Amino acid sequence: MSEMLTNEPVQSSEQSLPGLFVAVLKRDLLLSYRRRSDLVNPLIFFLMVATLFPLGVSPEPEFLAQLAPGVVWVAALLATLLSMDSMFKSDFEDGTLEQTLLSPQPLFIVVLAKVMAHWMLTGLPLALLAPLLGVMLFLPDGGMSGLMLSLLLGTPTLSLVGAIGAALTVGLRKGGVLISLLVLPLYIPVLIFGSSAVQAAVTGLPLDGYLALLGAMLALGFVMAPLAIGAALRISVSG
Amino acid sequence: MAEKKQWMPRWFYQLASPRWSYEIMGKLLPWFAVTALVLLVSGIVWALAFAPQDYQQGNSFRIIYIHVPSAILAQSCYMMMAVAGAIGLIWKMKVADMVAKSCAPIGATMAILALATGAIWGKPTWGSWWVWDARLTSMLILLFLYLGVIALNSAIESEATAAQATAVLSLVGLVNIPIIKYSVEWWNTLHQPATFTLTERPAMPAEMWVPLLIMVIGFYCFFAVSLMMRTRNEIVHRERRARWVRELIEKQ
Repeated sequence: MSEMLTNEPVQSSEQSLPGLFVAVLKRDLLLSYRRRSDLVNPLIFFLMVATLFPLGVSPEPEFLAQLAPGVVWVAALLATLLSMDSMFKSDFEDGTLEQTLLSPQPLFIVVLAKVMAHWMLTGLPLALLAPLLGVMLFLPDGGMSGLMLSLLLGTPTLSLVGAIGAALTVGLRKGGVLISLLVLPLYIPVLIFGSSAVQAAVTGLPLDGYLALLGAMLALGFVMAPLAIGAALRISVSG
Repeated sequence: MAEKKQWMPRWFYQLASPRWSYEIMGKLLPWFAVTALVLLVSGIVWALAFAPQDYQQGNSFRIIYIHVPSAILAQSCYMMMAVAGAIGLIWKMKVADMVAKSCAPIGATMAILALATGAIWGKPTWGSWWVWDARLTSMLILLFLYLGVIALNSAIESEATAAQATAVLSLVGLVNIPIIKYSVEWWNTLHQPATFTLTERPAMPAEMWVPLLIMVIGFYCFFAVSLMMRTRNEIVHRERRARWVRELIEKQ
């Protein structure tokens, strides 16, 4: 982390854009790794939400199997949202964020690396954990690949879009509920295509179309969202 | 002064000044108010009393004369909010920020009105208040977007920061609206194979669509009136320390 914050000349490998990306990514991963309980909490939440549905709706396997794609996706979406609040919070509070904005490094890359780190710590474990939920909810075996693939392609978009909300509310004391209000409507397309992909996998229909659409949304978010996140961070920090 | 070529008429530049905007809006306001009143009254009388009945839906179709204009307005109001927000973000125009802020509650009201009239129409026609139809759902999501914008704006204390943050959010929403619209439409055709579709209306005769057109234009004029009133209010509130506002208030 110190490489990008000091005025001292940095090592040549760190001056390139990939070097910057890797440095920020490493720093964020390391910081999160030191607070391990924060990492596990969204996953536990994910499991608990999925447990509520059989209790609240019906434990019938046939019924749950129908419900499973949507439930797993909604639970993943909520778990991502839960972890969003802390994304820029500690950096904002200790002043790191301000220094990052002042640094000559392109904000686009820094933001992208931070989002990537967030995804590696929430979206990726969620996608890996999803088959367990699939089994709990009697999702047919054919749907597992669709579930994992759609989550792998969809959760980065969730992280990118959610980061916009996190950046807009980082300066506020009570940002948590507000983020959900801002971001949930924007999550709807990902939810629709993600759960449709699982549904298609269950019924044996081709997945390619849905995965292509999820990929297209990811590409769009990859290009546009860091710009919005950067602008939002500048506004939040200066305000 | 050396005459530089002016790309925009002078009044456009003057709009950047809160005082000028306040005065220009004050002059325009009565005209729009009268037009809105005339159009809305004549449109509603024509629509409710003189337009012919629909051969399938009878008189219940007449609610479209409120429903359609409010739905159109709810969408174009978001457009206006995002464009005004962008102008405020790029050129740091205070008045544009105020216009964007004033748009949000009007747009949200219009979305609620469209949803409510749709539900009232749906009960006798489809037999249920709410259907997860693509159009209804995307209007509901539009309402959520408005509510998010309003919530963000009221959560940030500094007015300048609130305006900028809201502008970013409404621009993000603007990019998302087409994606949401198409994904919802596709979702609907996937999950619900035509349980309910909007009944195929025959091409409307002129006696039916002319009052609708009048109502739409009337709604736009009404929107202009209420937007200008809100913006003037906002200008006076934010510029309350300026001398011209004090003089204005002392005069009354």
